[in-house]
Amino acid sequence: MAITLNKGLNMGLRKALEDDPKVVIMGEDVGKLGGVFRITDGLQKDFGEDRVIDTPLAESAIVGTAIGLALRGYRPVCEIQFDGFVFPAYDQIVTQLAKMHFRSQGRLTLPVVIRIPFGGGIGAVEHHSESPEAYFAHTPGLRVVACSNPVDAYFMIQQAIRCDDPVIFFEPKRRYWEKDELDESDEPGPLFSARVVRPGTDLTLLAYGPMVKTCLETATAAAEEGRDLEVVDLRSLSPLDVDTIVASVRKTGRAVVVHEASVTLGIGAEVAARVTEDCFYSLEAPVLRVGGFDTPYPPAKVEEEWLPDLDRVMDAVDRSLAY
Amino acid sequence: MSDQAERAAPGNGIDDSSPMPAPPETDLVQLLTPDGDRVEHPDYSFDLGDDVIRGFYRDLILTRRIDTEAIALQRQGELGIWASLLGQEAAQVGSGRALRTQDYAFPTYREHGVALTRGVDPVHLLGLFRGVDQGGWDPNEHNFHLYTIVIGAQTLHATGYAMGIQRDGAVGSDEGAAVIAYFGDGATSQGDVNEAFIWASVYDAPVVFFCQNNQWAISVPLERQSRIPLYQRALGFGFPGVRVDGNDVLASYAVTKAALDRAREGSGPTLVEAWTYRMGAHTTTDDPTRYRITSELDAWKVKDPILRVRSYLDKQGVLDADFLADVEAEAEQLATHLRTACRAMPDPSPLSVFDHVYVEETALLDRQRDAYAAYLESFETVGH
Repeated sequence: MAITLNKGLNMGLRKALEDDPKVVIMGEDVGKLGGVFRITDGLQKDFGEDRVIDTPLAESAIVGTAIGLALRGYRPVCEIQFDGFVFPAYDQIVTQLAKMHFRSQGRLTLPVVIRIPFGGGIGAVEHHSESPEAYFAHTPGLRVVACSNPVDAYFMIQQAIRCDDPVIFFEPKRRYWEKDELDESDEPGPLFSARVVRPGTDLTLLAYGPMVKTCLETATAAAEEGRDLEVVDLRSLSPLDVDTIVASVRKTGRAVVVHEASVTLGIGAEVAARVTEDCFYSLEAPVLRVGGFDTPYPPAKVEEEWLPDLDRVMDAVDRSLAY
Repeated sequence: MSDQAERAAPGNGIDDSSPMPAPPETDLVQLLTPDGDRVEHPDYSFDLGDDVIRGFYRDLILTRRIDTEAIALQRQGELGIWASLLGQEAAQVGSGRALRTQDYAFPTYREHGVALTRGVDPVHLLGLFRGVDQGGWDPNEHNFHLYTIVIGAQTLHATGYAMGIQRDGAVGSDEGAAVIAYFGDGATSQGDVNEAFIWASVYDAPVVFFCQNNQWAISVPLERQSRIPLYQRALGFGFPGVRVDGNDVLASYAVTKAALDRAREGSGPTLVEAWTYRMGAHTTTDDPTRYRITSELDAWKVKDPILRVRSYLDKQGVLDADFLADVEAEAEQLATHLRTACRAMPDPSPLSVFDHVYVEETALLDRQRDAYAAYLESFETVGH
C-alpha cells in the first residue's frame, strides 16, 4: 500500500498503542487535533484521553512527567511540536532522562521516546526549521535516530518505542508528504543501523532525514555524468553504525557527509573523524561536509540558499573526485 | 541591640535591614508548641498515642545522628561534601512517617530523614557525597527515588509518576497510592516546579508538594524568592495550600497525612509549606556567617524540633531511662555503622564507568571500553 511518511508514523504509533497497553502518547495538540502535522490523527478517538494525552503548553513538563510515567512502568511517546521548541525540555532530557539509568546503576530504565519534527524547507517562521540533533547525539545515555522515508517511519517508530533506552526520534518534516509502498509484514532491520540505500563505487554520500532524498537525487544526476555514487542513510545518529559507514568508504575511497544542521561540530564532524580514523589508508580525498552555514537559520525567503541542495552536494562530489 | 544595628556590625558586611517575614500565627498549623505542649487546631489533629510519638522521637534522634556523623566524616575527608538537614528533622520525619508503603517519594539531596523513614540504609546516602556512586539504593525497593540535585526537576517526575498511578486505577479510594515531591523555598522560583503545579492541578494528579521552607536558598533569603507566603501560591494554581510548623513533627505528620489521603482519594494535589529553618550551612562548603546573623539562628534554636518532643514526652511521664538508653544505644550503633561502612566503601573500578550507560550496550561504547582496558593493561605489563 502506498503511504506518506506522516501516515507511516501514524500507523506505527497506532500499532504500538495496540501492541502494548503501557504505551502513552503525550504532547501539545496531539488529541482532538491529531497534532499540527496530524501524526497522531484519530488516535485519541480510538485509544482515549488517558493514552493520547493533550498536555498543557510546557515542554519541560512534557518530558519531566514522561520520566515519571516511565518510572511507574509506562512507555511514553512525547511529541515536541517543532524542533525549535525542544529547548525548554533540554534540561530534563540532558540532566535527568539521559542519566537516570546510569545513576541508578541499571535499576531504573527510561523507555521514553521524544519525537521531534526537524529541519527546514517548508517556508516557516523562525524556530520552526531547526536541526538540533547534534546537541542530543553529544549526550551519553540518549539514543538518537532519524527516519527518511515512509517505510522506515512505520517500523522505526515502533522499534524506538520498544527500546528500553530513551530515544530522540527525528522526523524530516519537509518529507512528511513523500510517498512509498509499505508492506507491513516486512521484517525491519535493527533500529540502530545504517543502510546503503543506493550502491555505488566512486564515492559515498552519507546523510540522514531530509537529506537522504537530496543525496539520492544527486546520485541520479551524477549517474548521468558517469559517476557511480553510493548513498548511505545513517538512520541512527547515536550510536553511529560505524561498521556500515566504514565498509562503504573503504570500498569507494571518498566520502561526503550531508546534513541541514550547521556544519561546525555537526554530525558530519563526528562521521569525518570516524572515517579518517578507520579508513585512513583507503581514502583518496579528505572527507567533505555539506551543511547549513554557521549562522542562525535564516528567514524563509532565503532558506533555499541556506539549505544544502542537489547542486551544493554535487559541488562537494566534484571537489572530492578532483583529488 | 536593634536588629538593624546588629546587621551592620563590623565584619558582618550585611546592611540589608529588611526583616524576615514572620508567619502569621493564625496561618501556621501547630499541634505541639516549642515548650512541648499539645494544642488543638480546627482542621488538623494528631490522634495516635504516645508510643507513636516515642517512635518519632527515635526517628528524630537517629536522623540528627546521621547528619552529625556525616558532617564529621566530611571533616575527616571521608566525604567530599555533605548537605546537612539540621533543624529540618521534624518536617522530614513527620511527612515521611505519613507515607504508606504504596506511596512514592521524590526527594532533593537533603531528605536524609525521609530516607530513614523509607527504610533506606543511611550508609547508602553517603555514596553520592563520597563520590563512589550517584545513588546506592534501589528506588523501587523503598518507593524512594534517587536524590535529585537539579533544583525542582523531581517535582515533574513526581507529577508524572502520579499520572501513572491514575492510569493504573490505583487512585480514588482509601487504598490508593499517592506521591510526595520534596523541594525547598528556592525551588519555588524554578519553572519546573510551577509547571508541576499546573500539570498536577489540571489532571488532579495524586501528588503532595512538600516544600521545606528553610528560609535560605544557600545565601539568598526567602524575600528574594517570593512576595507572598509560599503556601498561598497554590491558590493561583487551583489547589489548596497549607503552612505547617515544620519543626513540629506531629503537625507535619497530620498535615501531610491529610494531603496524602486527599490525593489518594482522587481529589488532587496539595501544597504543604513546612515552615522551618536550616540551622546549619547549605553544605559543608558553605559559610553562612557571610550572609546571616546569629540572632536569627538563636531565635530558631528555641524552636528545636527534637527538644519539644522530648519535653512533651517528659511531661507525659513516658520518657523513662530505659527508653532513652535504648535510643541512645541505637544512635551509637548507627553512628558506628556509618563510620565503618563509609570508610569501607570501595572506589569504583575504572571500567565501571562504562556500565549502565544504556540498557543494551552499544558497539561504539564497547570499543571505547576495550581500548581503555587495553591501555590500563599496558601499564601492568610494564610493571612486571
